[in-house]
Amino acid sequence: MPAPIRLRELIRTIRTARTQAEEREMIQKECAAIRSSFREEDNTYRCRNVAKLLYMHMLGYPAHFGQLECLKLIASQKFTDKRIGYLGAMLLLDERQDVHLLMTNCIKNDLNHSTQYVQGLSLCTLGCMGSSEMCRDLAGEVEKLLKTSNSYLRKKAALCAVHVIRKVPELMEMFLPATKNLLSEKNHGVLHTSVVLLTEMCERSPDMLSHFRKLVPQLVRILKNLIMSGYSPEHDVSGISDPFLQVRILRLLRILGKGDDDSSEAMNDILAQVATNTETSKNVGNAILYETVLTIMDIKSESGLRVLAINILGRFLLNNDKNIRYVALTSLLKTVQTDHNAVQRHRSTIVDCLKDLDVSIKRRAMELSFALVNGNNIRGMMKELLYFLDSCDPDFKADCASGIFLAAEKYAPSKRWHIDTVMRVLTTAGSYVRDDSVPNLIQLITNSVEMHAYTVQRLYKALLDDISQQPLVQVASWCIGEYGDLLVSGQCEEEEPIQVSEDEVLDVLEGLLVSNLSTPVTRAYSLTAIMKLSTRFSSVNRIKKVVSIYGSSIDVELQQRAVEYNALFKKYDHMRPALLERMPIMEKTATNGPTDIAQTNGETDSTILDTKHLPSITQPASQANDLLDLLGGNDVVPVIQTTVPTKPASAGGELLDLLGDLSLTGIPPMTAYNKNGLKIEFTFERSNPSPNIAVITIHATNSTEADMTEFVFQAAVPKTFQLQLLSPSSNVVPALNQGSVTQVIRVLNPQKQQLRMRIKLTYTHKGSPVQDLAEVNNFPPQSWQ
Amino acid sequence: MTMHFLLLFSRQGKLRLQKWFLPLPERERKKIVKDMTTMVLSRKPRTCNFLHWKDLKIVYKRYASLYFCCALENQDNELLALEILHRYVELLDKYFGNVCELDIIFNFEKAYFILDEFLMGGEIQETSKQSIAKSVEASDMLQEVRH
Repeated sequence: MPAPIRLRELIRTIRTARTQAEEREMIQKECAAIRSSFREEDNTYRCRNVAKLLYMHMLGYPAHFGQLECLKLIASQKFTDKRIGYLGAMLLLDERQDVHLLMTNCIKNDLNHSTQYVQGLSLCTLGCMGSSEMCRDLAGEVEKLLKTSNSYLRKKAALCAVHVIRKVPELMEMFLPATKNLLSEKNHGVLHTSVVLLTEMCERSPDMLSHFRKLVPQLVRILKNLIMSGYSPEHDVSGISDPFLQVRILRLLRILGKGDDDSSEAMNDILAQVATNTETSKNVGNAILYETVLTIMDIKSESGLRVLAINILGRFLLNNDKNIRYVALTSLLKTVQTDHNAVQRHRSTIVDCLKDLDVSIKRRAMELSFALVNGNNIRGMMKELLYFLDSCDPDFKADCASGIFLAAEKYAPSKRWHIDTVMRVLTTAGSYVRDDSVPNLIQLITNSVEMHAYTVQRLYKALLDDISQQPLVQVASWCIGEYGDLLVSGQCEEEEPIQVSEDEVLDVLEGLLVSNLSTPVTRAYSLTAIMKLSTRFSSVNRIKKVVSIYGSSIDVELQQRAVEYNALFKKYDHMRPALLERMPIMEKTATNGPTDIAQTNGETDSTILDTKHLPSITQPASQANDLLDLLGGNDVVPVIQTTVPTKPASAGGELLDLLGDLSLTGIPPMTAYNKNGLKIEFTFERSNPSPNIAVITIHATNSTEADMTEFVFQAAVPKTFQLQLLSPSSNVVPALNQGSVTQVIRVLNPQKQQLRMRIKLTYTHKGSPVQDLAEVNNFPPQSWQ
Repeated sequence: MTMHFLLLFSRQGKLRLQKWFLPLPERERKKIVKDMTTMVLSRKPRTCNFLHWKDLKIVYKRYASLYFCCALENQDNELLALEILHRYVELLDKYFGNVCELDIIFNFEKAYFILDEFLMGGEIQETSKQSIAKSVEASDMLQEVRH
């Protein structure tokens, strides 16, 4: 049997292969030769064969049949064999194979070998891929080596101990004694690995953490020596002495100083020193500064130091090196919550990073920009963000659009601005917005009553330009259906009204129905819009025709709608106006994303909801505003009264129907107010479709001898709630408990906070007006939980 | 600096070295290698050396025809990782004398031996270049035969 070819010979041969098939053939041939060599138990060439096998393994070919051979190599006496054997074990074996346990004994022997390089090999292998069983068996040996004076072995033992602890955390205790004087070492390798070991122990156990806090002064001293020491050729990197060790110490200090005043104070000076003295011309200095900044931000540092840290990050942002800019943005993102004002100072630099060419930097800058938006800078920031949305990659558009919607919702300075912004997003990135943006926008538009004419006009113009972006088209058709009358009557206040006829509007909507660009959902929207216009436009015949055509549409959804609308024309024409009338103001549900109302993004004034959009019911609205003034305004929300007492079958009526059977849900009624003969009781019901809404019915009774006339009940709730007051049964509370006035209150409580309410009562009693305010705090827990 | 893995591959995506500091099945290792090579090789020039992949930070640097690519945990220092990669290149350079890709191809086992003196379990074990060079040299002397 000729000697197997040498490793480098094989490599050379394989590299001459011109095709994949040729390579595969060579490899198969060689594998066959190696297999038979293994079978023959050839000791001399085993090493060579395994080495070749490892090469082929790296090319992607299977090599599992070499696993046992690695074990044999490890057991050999020859160093060459061991070296390849251990390498093979690390590459081919892992804890998933049962075979690996056979290594344990060999490793144990080699850990006690007379040659330190053999000991090193076994420590390395154990420290890289030792399984939990192996670690349990060999932990004792590792612990012994941790106490040796041989620094070559000591540093390897330390990292091996780290691996053991990671695999079997319960064994951490046994390494504690050996750590006693690890930091007194002069050898940097041992120092470094010791710091790693200490870090691992502190991260895993709070007891260890408190135990090792006493090392802070020693660590500070070592760090100081590194900075102050002169040039040391052995550890120098671009003029900095052992940056790897410095960073590792800084990281351990971070863990030790976190949440502990004394430790934090002890390291204050050294952190300031590192922060100011480190050379920043090369990456290595910046790496240290970066770690320093992270440490300063995490421990209880004094404010001067924190400002220093953020300024370092600010300088990083201006660095030419992209990596450093990226790292700065990432760190600022972490600190923006805790040190918001300091980060705000760098806002313009951050916004400039939106224009960077690097994708990772752009993403970070975008996230940070959203975190920095507040009521003061919303206009400027939004300009930049919209510009960014225009020009950014498609991967960003969805996140950017969502972010813009959230920011606009929180900080919009005016309704018109809000609508303009949302429209701008829909026209530039319409196909990337989330699905729920359509209903959200519709809700926004509905609730901005004075902007209806303006909105529908702008949307109509947008449709004329482009009907490919479905969310925009859907919102536009909905609006035209709702407010088409405002459109043709040219009533716009905000901008120059356009002249458009009913036919032109219907042309556009019909165009949507037939266009290839419209999705089925969009078609449904436009058909319904056309139908709604039958009560707003005069060209009813045209609409009837369109609707009847779609009665035989292939699209089942459209067909159903058309058939029902047809029936509406033919048999239920008297109901048509009522069914198709204007939508009432919709309640905001809790699905508007994770809006954290408590966070004010650095503003000092709390924002008050815009009260101008209350419907034009004069008296109750102004009274609601009075209530707001009386209560000092800042933490309550005015009542949104949707109906006037005289209006019949309306939104209020439908809601009352929903509430139909006032079956008791077991929440006991309570007395909210009882003074001067007027008693107000609250009874509760949970609204089934939306459990966040509590439905309260007030019952006002009058035990005095005279009636209480012109009785008006008003209520206000804290900012996190929303309240809706429906029409009262009457405004006279009859005397001597002969009857009661009832009124339904619906409270939306998405955050399930404790329900509180302020009520204001006005009535006329015996000729004189009476007014009273009260707080209601005794709500039973079941009503809001 | 808990590194999860370190990979070296050429501009054509050929793997030259793979060091895994976590136990992963063969299938998954292959997939990761494929993902890394695709991601890194498609990066435009003059972009930063950091990427996000799953919950890890990927740091890569190109040296001549070889890409050095490693994966870090979220709290690790990326800038220092660049220094670690650079240190490894320096070690290889010192050992092979003006190292090039061919050296690593034909002497891959040596590349591993050097790496094993520098890193262990994803952490740095020695920060002195001379110390590492001496250890590797001494180990080489112990070798009885060439393969």
